[in-house]
Amino acid sequence: MRYQLIGVNHKSCSLEVRERLAIPESKLPDCCRDLTAHPGIEEGMIISTCNRVEVVTHTSNGSADLRGFLHDHFHLTAAELDSHLYEFREKEAVRHVFRLASSLDSMVVGEAQILGQVKEAYATARAVGSVHGQLDQLFTRAFAVAKRVRSETAVGSSSVSIASVAVELAKKIFGTLQGKNVFIVGAGKMSELAARHLMAHGCASIFVANRTYERAIGLAQRFNGQAIKFEDLYNSCDKADIVITSTGSPHAIFRREHGEQFLSRRKNKPMFFIDIAVPRDVSPEMAKLDGIFAYDIDDLQQAVSSHVADRRKEAELAEAIISAEVEKFDARLHTLDVVPTIVSLQDHLETIRQAEIDRVRGRMGPLTPEQEMAVEALTRGIINKVMHTPITTLKTAAREAEATTVIDVVRRLFNLHDKEKDPASNRDASDKEVGTRH
Amino acid sequence: MALLWLRFALACYFIGLIYAFFALSRTSDLFSRIALHAASLGMVFHFVSLVELFLSGHMVWASVHNGESLLAFFSMTFFMIIYSIYQTTSPGVVVFPIVFFLTFVAAVDEQPVLLTSFVQHKGWLVAHIILIFTGYAALVLSFGASLLYLLQERRLKAKKPSSLISFLPALEVIDQIGYRSLLLGFPFMTLGLITGSIVAMSTYGHIDFADPKILLSILMWAVYMVMVFTRWNSGWRGRRAAVLATFAFVAAIVAWAANYFSTIHRFAAS
Repeated sequence: MRYQLIGVNHKSCSLEVRERLAIPESKLPDCCRDLTAHPGIEEGMIISTCNRVEVVTHTSNGSADLRGFLHDHFHLTAAELDSHLYEFREKEAVRHVFRLASSLDSMVVGEAQILGQVKEAYATARAVGSVHGQLDQLFTRAFAVAKRVRSETAVGSSSVSIASVAVELAKKIFGTLQGKNVFIVGAGKMSELAARHLMAHGCASIFVANRTYERAIGLAQRFNGQAIKFEDLYNSCDKADIVITSTGSPHAIFRREHGEQFLSRRKNKPMFFIDIAVPRDVSPEMAKLDGIFAYDIDDLQQAVSSHVADRRKEAELAEAIISAEVEKFDARLHTLDVVPTIVSLQDHLETIRQAEIDRVRGRMGPLTPEQEMAVEALTRGIINKVMHTPITTLKTAAREAEATTVIDVVRRLFNLHDKEKDPASNRDASDKEVGTRH
Repeated sequence: MALLWLRFALACYFIGLIYAFFALSRTSDLFSRIALHAASLGMVFHFVSLVELFLSGHMVWASVHNGESLLAFFSMTFFMIIYSIYQTTSPGVVVFPIVFFLTFVAAVDEQPVLLTSFVQHKGWLVAHIILIFTGYAALVLSFGASLLYLLQERRLKAKKPSSLISFLPALEVIDQIGYRSLLLGFPFMTLGLITGSIVAMSTYGHIDFADPKILLSILMWAVYMVMVFTRWNSGWRGRRAAVLATFAFVAAIVAWAANYFSTIHRFAAS
């Protein structure tokens, strides 16, 4: 494993520095070509976003002069640039790429955009051929890890968090949500998500009102709810305990007088308005009424960001996943190093065995099927016994730093030829079941 | 001996009192569990004290101290009923201090203060006291709940993120506690006043409406009725309900205090 990564991000330097390093999309392919043309760099890829510029490479000796590349490419001196740079190698580089793709290194931890940006950078680099074997493996794995982090932790679920905060607030008002009615005003993704959460917590029924009645019907059907004509909004809204509103109206659609009407019809039973519209749908005057609890998007967002403990827990969980994945990747790469040797060894001994059997056949004449089977079993048994220790040793060594030495020793001892250096065939070999043949 | 048990109960209620002070500023599951156990133990001692008093024949129904002890016990009983239904100790924030205060006053002095009035029908008197005290206890709970409602409403309105982690139960749960206590207490209070009138009629032959005790009791009952009515009719909650509940509570305290200056319903040193 000879991964090397260098870069700057929002934490390591100011926007001014990042601006000077930023690479426009149109120039990215050329830049990738320049990178692979740099001495010692076998594969290379550049991720350039508003928050970071990162150069990820696979090098021939593990210590290519990436700083030199940046100096040359951006015409910057070491004094101007070097103090802002961070550099990672080997496992740490892998970890950084995994964290990057999983959005743990982002300014807003968990934001989804970064994964898309990394995927684009990868596609560009692949298209110009600056990414193939090793980096290909690294990034394919990184995308899988990002997916895993996203599905197994709540780190990336900011919109879900808003919905879950809404549920929590609703519970603080109503206790249980069993039997409560939800009214969606203005069909939108966010309100649908919030409604889905509320229904999952036991809300009884759902009403949908939308300026386009057809959309209201569509959404209502998805929830087994009831579509309401927008004109009837004020007449039927008091049926709901929880109102999720997200219309594009330039003015508040729920004003004080509406609130008073609702409350009097509901005998002052409280109502909870989740106002995710910008500009707001619930007027501040109405929100002041006793019994009306209106939370706008900022209030909800604030509540979300106050869930620091939860977030930290999720991020910790994500970091744990990443550490495990880095180890797995590392082990896999090392195993890949020993796979060709194991295959060669198996082939080598198999050839000897076949040759010896043929020789015996020639001397003894045709054998009965029983004898054939006995000879087959005997020779295989011997080969397996002989191979067992070297293969186990190789596999154990794969997990440690001494892999190369052990590979060398085994190759020399058995006089194995170096015929499998091509990384593509490495991968094929690794996909096969590697072990003692029976 | 009864007094000793009562003092044990007082010590247990003291833990509840400390809980009441702390619960407002921070949430601790452990502490609320400790307070609950202490309160339960206190109730056991309290019960033993009351039973012993009753069995020893020293139970003087119409004495201030026994009355206070009885009221404290009833209030705790209500609190426990609410806990068993809603699994929340937060009404204790209001109930524990009141119970502690009542038990404290009842436990300091062995000399009960007696009613000077001569009462003919003891059975009616006992019924009157038990009914009225149950009504009072319900009122205490309802008052506590309305204060908690106000507090929780403020928190939710203030939109502070901490409102999500507040120790208080959901607004609607507090509301139900208050409303149910109110509904439950009202018939007791009404019947208590009726039995009281019967006792007064049988003792004096008439009811003196100008007497401060009678006047204040009627006022308290009227406020109580307004509370039940506004709640039932237009669902008054929050601020308005809290104002009414406070008013009813103050009226109840004043009506109690009237025992010291009423001519027909008074206590004096034995």
